[in-house]
Amino acid sequence: MIKLFKVKEKQREAAASANGRAPVKKQSAGELRLHKDISELNLPKTTSISFPNGKDDLMNFEVTIRPDEGYYVGGSFTFTFSVSPIYPHEAPKVKCKTKVYHPNIDLEGNVCLNILREDWKPVLNINTIIYGLNHLFSHPNHEDPLNHDAAAVLRDNPRAFETNVRRAMAGGYVGSSYFSRCI
Amino acid sequence: MEEMENARWRDLDKLLTRPGNLVSPNFEPRKELREDLQEYVKVLVVGAGGLGCELLKDLALSGFKKLEVIDMDTIEVSNLNRQFLFRMQDVGQPKAVVAARRVMERVSGVNIVPHFCRIEDKDSEFYRVFDIIALGLDSIEARSYINAVVCSFLEYDSDDKPLEETIKPMVDGGTEGFKGHARVILPGMTACFECTVWLFPPQVKFPLCTLAETPRTAAHCIEYAHLIQWDEEHRGKTFDADNSEHMQWVYSQALKRAELYGISGVTYSFTQGVVKNIVPAIAATNAIISSTCALEALKIVTGFSKILSNYSTYNSIAGLHTSVSEFVKENDCLVCGPGVLIELDTTVTLQKFMDLLAEHPMLKMSRTSVMYQGNNLYMQAPPVLEEMTRSNLQIPLFELMGKVPKDVVHVNGTTNIDDKKSSASRKVRVTFKGIADEVTDMDTACGG
Repeated sequence: MIKLFKVKEKQREAAASANGRAPVKKQSAGELRLHKDISELNLPKTTSISFPNGKDDLMNFEVTIRPDEGYYVGGSFTFTFSVSPIYPHEAPKVKCKTKVYHPNIDLEGNVCLNILREDWKPVLNINTIIYGLNHLFSHPNHEDPLNHDAAAVLRDNPRAFETNVRRAMAGGYVGSSYFSRCI
Repeated sequence: MEEMENARWRDLDKLLTRPGNLVSPNFEPRKELREDLQEYVKVLVVGAGGLGCELLKDLALSGFKKLEVIDMDTIEVSNLNRQFLFRMQDVGQPKAVVAARRVMERVSGVNIVPHFCRIEDKDSEFYRVFDIIALGLDSIEARSYINAVVCSFLEYDSDDKPLEETIKPMVDGGTEGFKGHARVILPGMTACFECTVWLFPPQVKFPLCTLAETPRTAAHCIEYAHLIQWDEEHRGKTFDADNSEHMQWVYSQALKRAELYGISGVTYSFTQGVVKNIVPAIAATNAIISSTCALEALKIVTGFSKILSNYSTYNSIAGLHTSVSEFVKENDCLVCGPGVLIELDTTVTLQKFMDLLAEHPMLKMSRTSVMYQGNNLYMQAPPVLEEMTRSNLQIPLFELMGKVPKDVVHVNGTTNIDDKKSSASRKVRVTFKGIADEVTDMDTACGG
């Protein structure tokens, strides 16, 4: 335990040795855990990752998915990831940068994926989120809709849904919304 | 004058000048102890809100004379039910400044230096000069930050024992409504904040589709307005929870939605609560937790009684319940643990360092990635980062670390110990031969 006279010594020493110290560490425990997740990333071949702020900022990155099967084959969809300093206590914030016609992704880019919100656990990691996002494209789900028009069409008329998806990816209108080309 | 001082501190002196059966092992009662406390001990109070105001008052009245307080906030009307140092005319002023002034006006002899800024705005040298740090914070993030800074001062000897003079004690208090906790953190000896962070339950988050399709509660309506409708109507503008116009907009949207779905309970104050995650605060809880923290600070510094070991809870929701438990330090904690000590020549390249990690009996690490002070020296995946960091492999680690004599490096990879492969994150204490000061073990006659 601390003895007061040591406290006095520390005061004198701190003044003397303050200049010889190494620079302040600026990484949080969250960054360390994120570093581990990223260094163990096992990306499926549909997925690529980029770091817009360079190799030293792992907290903000982009993931692009090019589905190789299903309704969205051929399209290219980019997601932004924003990781908080208290990761993994809090899930990363993921939004879809590409405007997409999808029952579980709204026109603002919000993504309805359970592990991003109510089912997030610290034991999950970036890999699991990426697999989850891939799953959204291979298995769009009309039961958890963020875009209820798209969900209704998928449920009632899958052929029309397929047409709408292709039209949106090629660049065009679906209903009153315009989608830029992403194929 | 001296007689007045003696009369004033008579009760404190009884504790500091008399031997006893519950004292700390190194306690030496003497009449100069109170003067030493006042002359030599510097305490930092982090936060000047519900806990901070109480802490400043308690510490000043307990005999501490050199205090500093740091808080980035200004005073709001809703603070006034418990942050008792503030009055209506102070609304808008910085909390740290007003709190310091008020306590100095009421407790003669105490000196309090206020800092109106974020805790991240101070570099670690600012925190190093304090002998003990008392936390009155309101988030995991802020505690994690301070814990990381304080544990970064920790140094270990070659037997992986913490060097006593690098241990900077913290007393951490937290409150929420009727509940509170107070804990003692002695880095390297007790659990640090990060050792136990996994105990926090995950935050309550509603599925976005529930918010969008099937809201059932007032909170659903509020979160829908906050998270989804805001972006739809205010493209590009970030929602600011402290901006009352933004909050008013969310409230009115939530109210409309609630009416549509026949849900009751949306009020302006509930909206604030949901959006800012606020739980109404009770003055008594803050007073009780803060007094526990101040008492522990006094015990740690003087040794006049046994220190809390090391986590106490308080719950007055139905009657009164308190408990004390002992959190155990994680040996592998990336923030406060000793890590593995490795001595290197200054010529050793990053690649060679990684090869040494593969051979080290305590690590046997392969597929290694190395991080130093927020810089990624080498990433073995994903391919884009591997390419960007590959050139570092041939550079001496001493250079990559900015030619410091010794420091901590973090490594990730697969460890293979006792034929068990597992993914691991480890702290490595790197010391460069011939450069590092010989670490002289301080006289540890005064023991633990």
